[in-house]
Amino acid sequence: MHHEEIVMRWTTLVVITLAMALAACQPQPAEIASGKAMQADTGGSAGGDFGPPQGEPIMAVLTSAPDVPPPVNRDYPAKVIVDMEVRELDLEISEGVTYTFWTFGGSVPGNFIRIRQGDTVEFHLKNHPDSKMPHNIDLHAVTGPGGGATSSFTAPGHESVFSFKALNQGLFVYHCATAPVGMHIANGMYGLILVEPPEGLPPVDKEFYVMQGEFYTVGKYREKGHQPFDMQKAIEENATYVLFNGSEGALVGENAIKASVGDTVRLFVGNGGPNLVSSFHVIGEIFDKVFYEGGTRYQENVQTTLVPAGGSAMTEFRVEVPGTLIIVDHSIFRAFNKGALGMLKVDGDDNLAVYSGKEVDSVYLGDKVIAEELSLVSDVTQAELVGLATKEQRISAGGVLYKGTCSVCHQQDGEGLAGVFPPLANSDYLMADTRRAIEVVLNGLTGPVTVNGSDFNSVMPPMSQLNDDEIANILTFALNSWGNEDGEISSDDVAAVRAATERPKGAAH
Amino acid sequence: MRNFIHSIAVVALLAGIAQNSQASEFVHIPGGEFRSVIPEAAGDNLVAVDGFLLHVAPVTNAEFLRFVMYRPEWQRGGAVSLFVDDQYLSTWAGPISLGPESGPQQPVIQVSWFAANAYCESLSARLPSWYEWEYVAAANESIADARDLPEWRQNILSWYSQTGGDQIADVRSRPANYYQVFDTHKLVWEWVDDFNAFLVSGDNREQGGADQLQFCGAGAISMEQKENYAILMRVAMLSALEAQYTTRNLGFRCARQIEIRQ
Repeated sequence: MHHEEIVMRWTTLVVITLAMALAACQPQPAEIASGKAMQADTGGSAGGDFGPPQGEPIMAVLTSAPDVPPPVNRDYPAKVIVDMEVRELDLEISEGVTYTFWTFGGSVPGNFIRIRQGDTVEFHLKNHPDSKMPHNIDLHAVTGPGGGATSSFTAPGHESVFSFKALNQGLFVYHCATAPVGMHIANGMYGLILVEPPEGLPPVDKEFYVMQGEFYTVGKYREKGHQPFDMQKAIEENATYVLFNGSEGALVGENAIKASVGDTVRLFVGNGGPNLVSSFHVIGEIFDKVFYEGGTRYQENVQTTLVPAGGSAMTEFRVEVPGTLIIVDHSIFRAFNKGALGMLKVDGDDNLAVYSGKEVDSVYLGDKVIAEELSLVSDVTQAELVGLATKEQRISAGGVLYKGTCSVCHQQDGEGLAGVFPPLANSDYLMADTRRAIEVVLNGLTGPVTVNGSDFNSVMPPMSQLNDDEIANILTFALNSWGNEDGEISSDDVAAVRAATERPKGAAH
Repeated sequence: MRNFIHSIAVVALLAGIAQNSQASEFVHIPGGEFRSVIPEAAGDNLVAVDGFLLHVAPVTNAEFLRFVMYRPEWQRGGAVSLFVDDQYLSTWAGPISLGPESGPQQPVIQVSWFAANAYCESLSARLPSWYEWEYVAAANESIADARDLPEWRQNILSWYSQTGGDQIADVRSRPANYYQVFDTHKLVWEWVDDFNAFLVSGDNREQGGADQLQFCGAGAISMEQKENYAILMRVAMLSALEAQYTTRNLGFRCARQIEIRQ
């Protein structure tokens, strides 16, 4: 017995020493160029079994995004108990829009799990009694048929237990694989499990958990109320929302992730899909390192990295200057028209040598207005809720929204483009009938109109994705700008028109 | 004799139940052929169903209460633990009282397959087979097989889009279908006699291999008959169950063979 123990310790020591030696052996540039450095490998699953679990079983720390559990910081294989509960919950997907999410642990994405290569995981999957559906879990970190899915198939109000040894290091997606698997994933059933290499990851200042996924709703983008899942749109891969961390507000405003100048930031990035591949990008940063596909190797100096559906990436970068970095899916309409947008706010002192500072807080966002200006909008929304929105608040909030939504065609000065887009400045057409103006914004306008004596014949798409408040603010702004004199439109006015007019057929069916 | 003290109260209660509840009616379902989501053999998904009788609505709390009055071995706390899990009838206030959480006209839930089976046997009936249930549930209000209509599918999917913690409606709250049967969808899941015979894997993607039925059951359906997603999810639910399981959204109704006189 004693002898065996010593041999065991020796073996462990040798493995650890080897691992440290490998980690310390920094490849020289010449080796990288010649590809020599690529020959050393981690040994894959064959090199991941460090023997039976040692010590007392450990309860895994599980976190909800954007938080990440602390590093494992352990030099032996352990038995780790993961206790995860499946909940089906109505949560906000966008302001004023709810959706029934199916979740691992009560939020989307599911709880982050962090273990060490060689650990034995005892997985407890509990399906809450209020669930309507059976659920299971397929962890891409599992070596074995189904990734645990068949062993964890759990009816509502019941619990399944299964075990696996994490043989491969890396950042892995897990997801529900119950029929129909696409719908379970589309409803938010995915998350990440990090299997640290034996020596752990190099320390950084900040770690965050960001996971993309897209959602298919019967109603259009930002159409208010409770939105059911739309199977047809999912089959057609026609996403209504593309989101980070399961909600349009998950990583913006007060929920933005935060760092300080000089910090090295590590993002654990996952993509649940179910369909779309992410072009993951942080506006205003360059990834110093990307462990692409969540694997062992890294690429350096990367602008945008692909994160496949059911895949991951680990990105690291040092933040050099203060300001707001915008996290996007650079398949860019998703960012501006489907919600794939998050923020990393960096505080600290300016470094004018690195960046002039001229536009430190003003990131270019195309047709979307910047964060600080959006606070004007949320102020008036707040005031509207308590019935205190003033005309001045409406005008300033409306100006911000106008810039984001309307100015592309009608121009910032309201003059439009001669012969193509009618003017709003000094506009007889606009001022003649405010109810008609509301209808035009809600339903769009196609066909000939005469404005200030000039004829126009083009198409304005319906802007019904704007809520009543937003439309009221935009129109109040227009009625009081560029020589237009006076007028105020309330949310109730817009609501009345919206209720009275038949909605054009949109994506909903 | 052991329930002697209760018996007066019981009699009064039973009288009340008899007045409140519509007696468990059966309706005649004519036989026929239909396309099942779980074909009997690969490539041939036409299934023949003989005529049978079916409860017009799921069994209610009131009806099940009456049953356990007469059959104390099926009362909560009295039932053998092999046949029920520890949540059996847990929404009731007590072994023989419904309480405010469980309305008399709501479908009974938290019942095991064994308990449901015993209930049906007490009516000289049985649980419907999956094919019988699926055949009847293919109908909408006006036609026998409405499964190709997008509205039919979206209607069912919209039920899945509501969380399960809400109050369950009374039976017969919505219009009956083509067969004069109520609540096949959008109320509760229902036990069927052969719930564990689907051979559908818990893993949606397991296809081919040794078991051909798994391929047909899980793979082919989800890929080729997308309008049947709604039904496929019911199959997934049933295949997650063990016979002693009970859940908060699972009830049942009974079927009866038509006697053929020689």
